[in-house]
Amino acid sequence: MPQNEHIEEHIKRHGRRFDHAERTRKRQARQAHKDSQFAQKVHGLKAKMYNKKRHAEKIQMKKTIKQHEEKNAKQKSADAVPEGAVPAYLLDREGQDRAKILSNMVKQKRKEKAGKWSVPLPAVRGMAEDEMFKVVKTGKSKSKAWKRMITKATFVGDGFTRKPPKYERFVRPMAMRYKKAHVTHPELKATFQLPIIGVKKNPQSPLYTQLGVITKGTVLEVNVSELGLVTTGGKVVWGKYAQVTNNPENDGCINAVLLV
Amino acid sequence: MPANKAKAAALAAVAVQPMPEGTKVVAQFKSADGESTGPPLNLPGDSEDPIPYSFYVGEDEIVKSLWIDRKDKSTEDTITIVYQPQAVFRVRAVSRCTSTLSGHTEAVLSCSFSPDGSQLATGSGDATVRIWDLNTETPRFTLKGHKGWVLSIAWSPDGKTLASGSMDKTVRLWDPKTGKSLGDGLKGHTKWITSLAWEPYHLNSKANRLASSSKDSTVRVWDTTLRRVIMTISQHTAAVTCVKWGGEGLIYTASQDKTIKVWNSSGVLVKTLQGHGHWVNTLALSTDFVLRTGPFDHTGKKYATEEESKAAALARYKAFKGSKPERLVSGSDDFTMFFWEPETSKKPLTRMTGHQKLVNHVSFSPDGRYIASASFDTSVKLWDGQTGKFLGNLRGHVGSVYQVCWSSDSRMLLSGSKDSTLKLWDIRKMKIKLDLPGHMDEVFAVDWSPGGDKVASGGKDKQLKIWRH
Repeated sequence: MPQNEHIEEHIKRHGRRFDHAERTRKRQARQAHKDSQFAQKVHGLKAKMYNKKRHAEKIQMKKTIKQHEEKNAKQKSADAVPEGAVPAYLLDREGQDRAKILSNMVKQKRKEKAGKWSVPLPAVRGMAEDEMFKVVKTGKSKSKAWKRMITKATFVGDGFTRKPPKYERFVRPMAMRYKKAHVTHPELKATFQLPIIGVKKNPQSPLYTQLGVITKGTVLEVNVSELGLVTTGGKVVWGKYAQVTNNPENDGCINAVLLV
Repeated sequence: MPANKAKAAALAAVAVQPMPEGTKVVAQFKSADGESTGPPLNLPGDSEDPIPYSFYVGEDEIVKSLWIDRKDKSTEDTITIVYQPQAVFRVRAVSRCTSTLSGHTEAVLSCSFSPDGSQLATGSGDATVRIWDLNTETPRFTLKGHKGWVLSIAWSPDGKTLASGSMDKTVRLWDPKTGKSLGDGLKGHTKWITSLAWEPYHLNSKANRLASSSKDSTVRVWDTTLRRVIMTISQHTAAVTCVKWGGEGLIYTASQDKTIKVWNSSGVLVKTLQGHGHWVNTLALSTDFVLRTGPFDHTGKKYATEEESKAAALARYKAFKGSKPERLVSGSDDFTMFFWEPETSKKPLTRMTGHQKLVNHVSFSPDGRYIASASFDTSVKLWDGQTGKFLGNLRGHVGSVYQVCWSSDSRMLLSGSKDSTLKLWDIRKMKIKLDLPGHMDEVFAVDWSPGGDKVASGGKDKQLKIWRH
């Protein structure tokens, strides 16, 4: 390891060898062969690491090559008829009402048939009980500890009345009760504030679903009559599922993405 | 009062029995004592088929009896009973989708039946016009040639030529019988074509004059046999959204510069109708249906020579128009519509307000008695065709209503909307008659055949649906 910059200083003072340029050129030309020899001979862990690195490099190379190719092979695309045909009365109205467009009905039908819903958040962090519940001490000397207060956002519904306090095991504080959610339509990227109809499933536990606890990953049913969606059978759609994408107890609001 | 009841009974009897041809009836009411009450009346009686009439006192239609149906029941006033003939034929409500025709590879933007109801043409975003065989409900011809979306199609009033206007700034003419293009496109406009209007048949039986309006704020009148521009009307300062050729030879153009201009057939400006506060989107003439169908009517009679058909078209037009001037309704982005009588004055007769979003389409009923307006506020409103007074709302759609179309007997109205459904409304009861779902995406165009048996609808899902009874 050079201690100072002797090599550079020598080059600056005396210049390089006369065949320096040729030698570097030939060395680089040989590099391809050398790399190939190495790649074929290497084995074991070294090989695995090298192969992984090389794979990533190759992907990047292919991408840049493709981009260059596109630039070269540019056909006259003016012949192609643009997509998104609209009739004459909608032509000068591009920006309006874009947020209230129907989602693709064919996709919907197919999904309903399959009975499968691919949710945006398939897995969520598991929550321990002591994170969810806070022990509320009751009784004359505050030593009884059978009540629990829910520390997360909840939904209780319209006709909710508390059980008599003597029998109420789970306390849902009013401050943590929510009625509306900010629901984003994934294709249109537009967000609406829609009333919640109910909690469909909380991935943590069916107990939380019953209690109406809303955490990240919970599937809610929201009222979408504002969007004006209609099924192929002509019926108006007024409820759809949405999955919560944030931690409502930290943010103070429920952000969800509509499951279309 | 005995006179009222006697009159009501007499009217009921007349509506039921047919009368021998060519006879006139002069009626004289006499009381049981033999005293004549009132002067002799000339009753309308000479017709082949029994014509159903509807009777009105003031604004109320008499359905059951004079006593029950009138709101202000004063026994002191003389009652004026106005009778109006209803259409003789009755169109049956379309209830089922008989076929879903695919073939277009992009959204169907416009559809139109030919004036005699035998052919159907649709224009689409894939730059083709398709002609469909209605008997087998299959595609017949695909007319290729346009290079952009086909925005509007219009049949010539004799049904022998089809014109299509497109995003590629040209108008193309086609022969619907052979499916061949009549030459190359008519070039001249510098921006896309918004609408087309043929000259009415009774003014020109050769059917060779066509007006096209464009976003470049001009209207060009073409001679379709010579394939040249006859004149260019360029006084508008913004895009011309709609052009209509009236029965008296006047051309009406509606524009985004908030005005409607009236021109005569040599291209001279006659009037400018101002008043709207925003773009004028659509126009409707009271004589629209008569001009569209020309010499064809519900009897399906075909004429041997051109002169005969021209005379028949003229007779139908005159019979329809009567002595009143043509009426025009314009719908605008300022949420209102104006009711004009352009031949008499340049001030509107009525301002028709009530919609909460822009009015997209207005249409007169074929008998000219009603006006229907479709708006983006999801409602269809019904107005009186003679005065422009508001009659009622038709609610049911959950998305913007794009187009409305009347049945040829004026008893039913069809509306197509963004929510992918079509709805059939009963005008008499002012309520929905049938819901016609089935489209998978927005419905852009609807048309009812003049013969009344079929409805065609096309939309963003690229399908054309044909509905029948």
